[in-house]
Amino acid sequence: MYDVVIIGAGVSGCAIAREISKKTAKILVVDREEDVCCGTSKANSAIIHAGYDAKHGSLMAKLNVQGSRMMPQLARDLDIPYRRNGSLVVMINEEDRPALMKLYENGVANGVEDLQIVEREALRQLEPNISEDAIAALYAPMGAIVCPFTMTYALAENAATNGVEFRFNTEVTGIEALEHGWKLQTGTGEIKSKVVVNAAGVYADKFHNMVSEEKITITPRRGDYFLLDRSTEGYVHQTVFQLPGKKGKGVLVAPTVHGNIIIGPTAIDIQEKDQTATTQEGLDQIRAKCGDAVKNLPLRQTITSFAGLRAHESNHEFIIKEVKPGFVDCAGIESPGLSSAPAIGVMVADIVTQILHLEENKSFCGTRRGILNPQMLSFEDRNRLIRENPAYGTIICRCEKVTEGEIVDAIHRVPGARSVDGVKRRTRAGMGRCQGGFCSPRVIEILSRELGIPMEAITKSGGNSRLIVGTNKDRL
Amino acid sequence: MKEYDLVVIGGGPAGLAAAIAARDAGIQDILILERDRELGGILNQCIHNGFGLHTFRKELTGPEYADRFVQKVIEKEIEYKLDTMVLALDADKTLTAVNREAGLFQLHPKAVVLAMGCRERPRGALNIPGSRPAGIYTAGTAQRLVNMEGYLPGRKVVILGSGDIGLIMARRMTLEGAEVRAVAELMPYSGGLKRNIVQCLDDYGIPLLLSHTVVDIQGKDRVEGVTIAQVDHGKPIPGTEVCYECDTLLLSCGLIPENELSIGAGIKLNTVTNGPVVNESLETSVPGIFAAGNVLHVHDLVDYVCEEAASAGYHAAEYILRPVQEAATVLPILCGSGIRYTVPACIRPEALESEGKVNIRFRVDNLYEKKKITGYVGDTLIFNRYRKVVAPGEMETIQIRCKDILSCSDAKDITVKLEG
Repeated sequence: MYDVVIIGAGVSGCAIAREISKKTAKILVVDREEDVCCGTSKANSAIIHAGYDAKHGSLMAKLNVQGSRMMPQLARDLDIPYRRNGSLVVMINEEDRPALMKLYENGVANGVEDLQIVEREALRQLEPNISEDAIAALYAPMGAIVCPFTMTYALAENAATNGVEFRFNTEVTGIEALEHGWKLQTGTGEIKSKVVVNAAGVYADKFHNMVSEEKITITPRRGDYFLLDRSTEGYVHQTVFQLPGKKGKGVLVAPTVHGNIIIGPTAIDIQEKDQTATTQEGLDQIRAKCGDAVKNLPLRQTITSFAGLRAHESNHEFIIKEVKPGFVDCAGIESPGLSSAPAIGVMVADIVTQILHLEENKSFCGTRRGILNPQMLSFEDRNRLIRENPAYGTIICRCEKVTEGEIVDAIHRVPGARSVDGVKRRTRAGMGRCQGGFCSPRVIEILSRELGIPMEAITKSGGNSRLIVGTNKDRL
Repeated sequence: MKEYDLVVIGGGPAGLAAAIAARDAGIQDILILERDRELGGILNQCIHNGFGLHTFRKELTGPEYADRFVQKVIEKEIEYKLDTMVLALDADKTLTAVNREAGLFQLHPKAVVLAMGCRERPRGALNIPGSRPAGIYTAGTAQRLVNMEGYLPGRKVVILGSGDIGLIMARRMTLEGAEVRAVAELMPYSGGLKRNIVQCLDDYGIPLLLSHTVVDIQGKDRVEGVTIAQVDHGKPIPGTEVCYECDTLLLSCGLIPENELSIGAGIKLNTVTNGPVVNESLETSVPGIFAAGNVLHVHDLVDYVCEEAASAGYHAAEYILRPVQEAATVLPILCGSGIRYTVPACIRPEALESEGKVNIRFRVDNLYEKKKITGYVGDTLIFNRYRKVVAPGEMETIQIRCKDILSCSDAKDITVKLEG
């Protein structure tokens, strides 16, 4: 019997798990996928919003601002790439000024620090590639960018360090109330727990509706993105939004913490919760819109396009509460979900602590060291590292200069990489301009060697995503 | 660490040929830096034959061809380091590289030959919508898996792009037991060599769908199918979509010279080739840094790569042994009608040897029939050759006698064009 089972190993689930591990409790995180960070957490804008956008008085607004304030310390504690680059919400029609002012006032009411309206010239000083049509912008110096993969892995690894268990490839198919607690039916057996936390992203309605009479609906809202090569680094410095329209925040242009430029997302409501395919229509929409706020974007430098799903709840509000005794929802976590994740963790942990009357975990360790990136070391330190472990002298991913040492580290972490995508998201091997063309055979080889499983069993991202289907002439 | 007169970045055919030529021209301390586990570059995975017809008058496989150069490197005791990645090159020719044994190290050679080759255009750069499952490979990645490691990346294959690697892989996958359902090509003509279309597709009954492209990819974990549509001027024509059930999509949609190091050194690039702008000596805009092979512009035949690289190696040696003053006159080579680019991009008459010849390599911008390729120095016609067919998929070379350039002393430029 677990004290807490968390359904979903996304950024919310992992933040919650880490936060509860500050107490003495037996905690399990289950996920249907093969790894942490396989849903919305892996495909989003990678932004820590300052918190001016969410409606004043909403839970979203409160947790966004709290989360944004918690991020710098969390990034230091858990070694997460994070940068406060500021954000701009650009107005391109003078008649929209009331909307811009409303946004400013909303931000001030939410408690966002240092907000200001910048006019044409100041805006160009901040962002030389801003469109000629840009008249003014809301400038939020508190806006930031983060590596969403590392953020999720870091939370998960630190939770694991503090005793949290993870069980992957485990889809919850049924939830049954026990006298004191819950019984989960899963693809890998029954799991009993005193408390269940539903952090299942786009699937959160499914689990909520298994236990509650008051049904909720989570609509997957697809967002398509373009990612540009790192040679475009510096094209924009701040995260550049257009003044929000009816559906989401429009198309943004932002730097990533790794030096790429990300452009997107669209906001297309869809039916299927696993349909992350991009469409021509979606990609065309980004192309059409992205020039509104930033001029002459070098779209020819696109290295990949992708889509993620936001877990959109009809009221556009986070649902974080105990909906049945011992069943806690963490649902409707759409943007600014990533920004709010640290605060969501605290809020859910408080609810769970109250339910279970948990004691302090005196041995809690709140820090984590990231995968060592030799590129961050001095010449001498890097050579010392290579002498100690020559694997740090072998470059596997040419584009991102990722070494074998980093890949081996990623595989042996807990929870560790089991697939080529798992390695990619942890180390950036395959994230560069050739998109794994050169390194994927080498990564498959290292995974096979380190995990002691055949090359043919290595997958792109778990399940049936095998990369090699056989050997030459095996069916002739 | 020992210093070298010449460092060659890349141990593929271009790098090997450049190093050998530099040695023959009298350079003692040469070092080849190769990022892979062996010398030979991409030839090691090109196990089909057809290499070396020009240079050796023989049909060799890729590894055999490479071995001829590797043996010469060994004979001539040219030093090389494997598994060594050059991380940075500065404008002053300081090189930073890393490997397991030496760790991170710097070199300060007198000259550098860039021979890093090229990479394949990935799916993301093609903007093909759809899902992102396993089973989408560039043709070269699949070629490495099959030819070097013995693994099949898939059993039912559609190939997008009719570049040479795609055509070769259509045949290879068929021979290894996979079914190749079709090769789709966006353009109305193939980007590959005619002989490869005949020997790799026609001989195996694999359809080549010209003016077609992939408009959707299906499958969650693994590719389950792709949708191919006809295109008109690059745009899919609604209503022409056909679904092909397959587990693999191979991409052969163009090669991009790997010039990240060149950019770091501040070398000027040509926006058409994505390779450095070079003069007649194959010297880049940074004195003492030369370029050859696919890093300079993408070739079809390795024989031409090696020929070009030997020239780069020779000129690098000349640079080290007999440094010259900056040239007073530079004649730009202009791309006239039908010509996409030329390599070199300019000629310095003062650097020419009066009895020598200079090769101008170029590609045409479309399929043409019954054309004259002409070369002018100023207004003087110095080259004229009739061609029944010229195609963008086949690199063209014209050879100009240096004295024809030197005799037009008042010319301001050189022009190559298609006429008639």
